[in-house]
Amino acid sequence: MKWFLVILNISKTHLLSRIKQSSIAALGVTFGIGAFIILMSFMTGLNGLLDGLILNRTPHIHIYNEIKPNQQQPIHLFDEFSTNLNVVYSIKPKQTQLKIHNAQPIINYLEKDAKVKAALPQVKTQVFYMAGAIDLNGIVTGINAKNESTFFNFQDYIVDGKPEHLVNNLNGILLGIGAAKKMSLKIGDRVQIATTKGEIIPLKIVGFFQSGLADIDNVQSYVNLKTAQRILGENENYITDINVKLFDIEDAVPMSQMISKQFNLTAIDIKTANAQFETGTSIRTLISFSVSFTLLVVAGFGIYNILNMMIYEKMNDIAILKATGFSGYDVKLIFISQAVIIGFVGGVLGLIIGFIASKIISNLPFETQALPTIKTFPVNFDYMFYIIGIVFAMISTFLAGYLPARKAQNIDPVEIIRGQ
Amino acid sequence: MTKVLEAKNINKYFKGAVDFHVLKDVSFDIKLGEFTSIMGKSGCGKSTLLYILSTMDTDYTGELYFNNELITGKSPNDLAYIRNKHIGFVFQFHYLLPEFTILENVMLPAKKLAEKSMQEIEHDAMEKLRLLHIDDQALKLASKISGGQKQRVAIARALINNPTIIMGDEPTGNLDSHNADNVFNIFRQLSQEQKLSLLVVTPDKEFADKTDRIIEMGDGMIIG
Ligand SMILES: Nc1ncnc2c1ncn2[C@@H]1O[C@H](COP(=O)(O)OP(=O)(O)OP(=O)(O)O)[C@@H](O)[C@H]1O
Ligand SMILES: [Mg+2]
Repeated sequence: MKWFLVILNISKTHLLSRIKQSSIAALGVTFGIGAFIILMSFMTGLNGLLDGLILNRTPHIHIYNEIKPNQQQPIHLFDEFSTNLNVVYSIKPKQTQLKIHNAQPIINYLEKDAKVKAALPQVKTQVFYMAGAIDLNGIVTGINAKNESTFFNFQDYIVDGKPEHLVNNLNGILLGIGAAKKMSLKIGDRVQIATTKGEIIPLKIVGFFQSGLADIDNVQSYVNLKTAQRILGENENYITDINVKLFDIEDAVPMSQMISKQFNLTAIDIKTANAQFETGTSIRTLISFSVSFTLLVVAGFGIYNILNMMIYEKMNDIAILKATGFSGYDVKLIFISQAVIIGFVGGVLGLIIGFIASKIISNLPFETQALPTIKTFPVNFDYMFYIIGIVFAMISTFLAGYLPARKAQNIDPVEIIRGQ
Repeated sequence: MTKVLEAKNINKYFKGAVDFHVLKDVSFDIKLGEFTSIMGKSGCGKSTLLYILSTMDTDYTGELYFNNELITGKSPNDLAYIRNKHIGFVFQFHYLLPEFTILENVMLPAKKLAEKSMQEIEHDAMEKLRLLHIDDQALKLASKISGGQKQRVAIARALINNPTIIMGDEPTGNLDSHNADNVFNIFRQLSQEQKLSLLVVTPDKEFADKTDRIIEMGDGMIIG
């Protein structure tokens, strides 16, 4: 330990007597690590935002009853034609309900599964918003607002008003912002809803819903589950959709297959629905890593150069140290420790600068239609980046210092002393 | 008398287009407390021999014994330890670490040896500097003193670990006669009182005549 302090003291003196070169080498690392922190924080912050845009509000598995023609037509039951090629034109779906049969038991069953975080029922129905002379097309979805907020970040898409206002309120509606603009409605106003069966139901606006996609905002509104059932004139068992959130998104595919087979329902998993999405995320992360890596390699070459130069200048010192009893290993350690000190000081400075810059970025205003609740740039302050950053800095400077230090280790003192 | 250093049939070649035989079958020994000088014409191989004896140069044939122990073929780390603890070397040209103070330069070999506390090392270093009348410069940077002063600091450094033997390559080459005499007296005193052995290359006949024994070299051989 004492011996190591002697080595460190020598490196310190070397570094301080060349403070300009040492600082430039350290600043190279600072620049690389700072850029790494900023890039990663910002990129993953952005990723998180985009995740929020799609992944957070999309159910991992969406279960519903799709209306489609029956695969099993009467002719298939007829043995005599079983070896024939049967052609039936214009098969129509038979009259069925959109309702999921036995929805509540299915939900109970799913929620018992250890992989399932939540299974939320919804009731979707077509309506018309009555606006004076014209009727606007609309879709009203009955939800359990509290659970939707907990599991699908529903509250992020409510501008003005709160989703809680829907809880225990059978007369409230969260109206799509597009539809609201068309009808010049504000919070507290009443909107008349005409059901497909011709009934007219007045609902009070408790807030506006904005997804950022105009096509959706023009038609989509949310009401209490019971309200939606009332609009349809159905009882409490009437559920049209079940949205499942899992603990691990990777379980979505096998689970959805299992569900559609077991319950004979359509179950769409998020991976199938948003295949392109994950690619984008991983490519952005890859870009950030490769840019930072390049910066660090450049910084590493800077250190390599400066240490190499230093060793040429320090040939005499190396020869003296060896002549007075320092081993080659000691000499190597002197130069490696110089590199690592440069890496550590530069790296820590980089972390600080990266943190400050990220803080500044996270306070810059950033307004987007898509995420009404976001007001500033999204920045991810994950401490893992800081750990990776400093480890990265130390490893790269160690490698940059290693080769010159090896050279110093093998310098023959006699050659230097004779050369004087 | 115990032999401190013994060279047996040392041969060295400088390899090149034509191999150059610098040292030819050199054999001799140095006894405990003996003050020996080496003389010889320029280019006859004195420095080359000293580098081999000081264990820095390992590229030779023959055998080298230190305190009756064969050190030829030992690992570089073992040799570094022997240099550190037992051999003090004063170069033909002053050799100090320019960015360290005089005091630090003298202390460094003792710090490497790590047998004493920092306070003891510092105390010893000041003692050695006082011996060479240079203690008043202790806190100056090594790059900021004169050539003669540097040489005295180098001698103080060679003494810091109380070595068994001091080897010097014209250690008084840069000194005025007053300081050269002082260095000679210090060497003399150490060899008598502390049984320090000395092997000093010198071009100075007067200096050599005052030592216990003169080894005459000529053309890579000992001739007297
Ligand atoms: N690296 C080398 N390659 C080839 N020949 C060398 C090398 N170093 C020294 N020599 C030769 O070896 C011989 C001995 O050199 P050395 O330095 O030992 O002489 P010296 O006796 O110390 O001389 P001086 O009194 O001038 O210091 C010289 O002739 C020199 O030219
Ligand atoms: Mg010489």
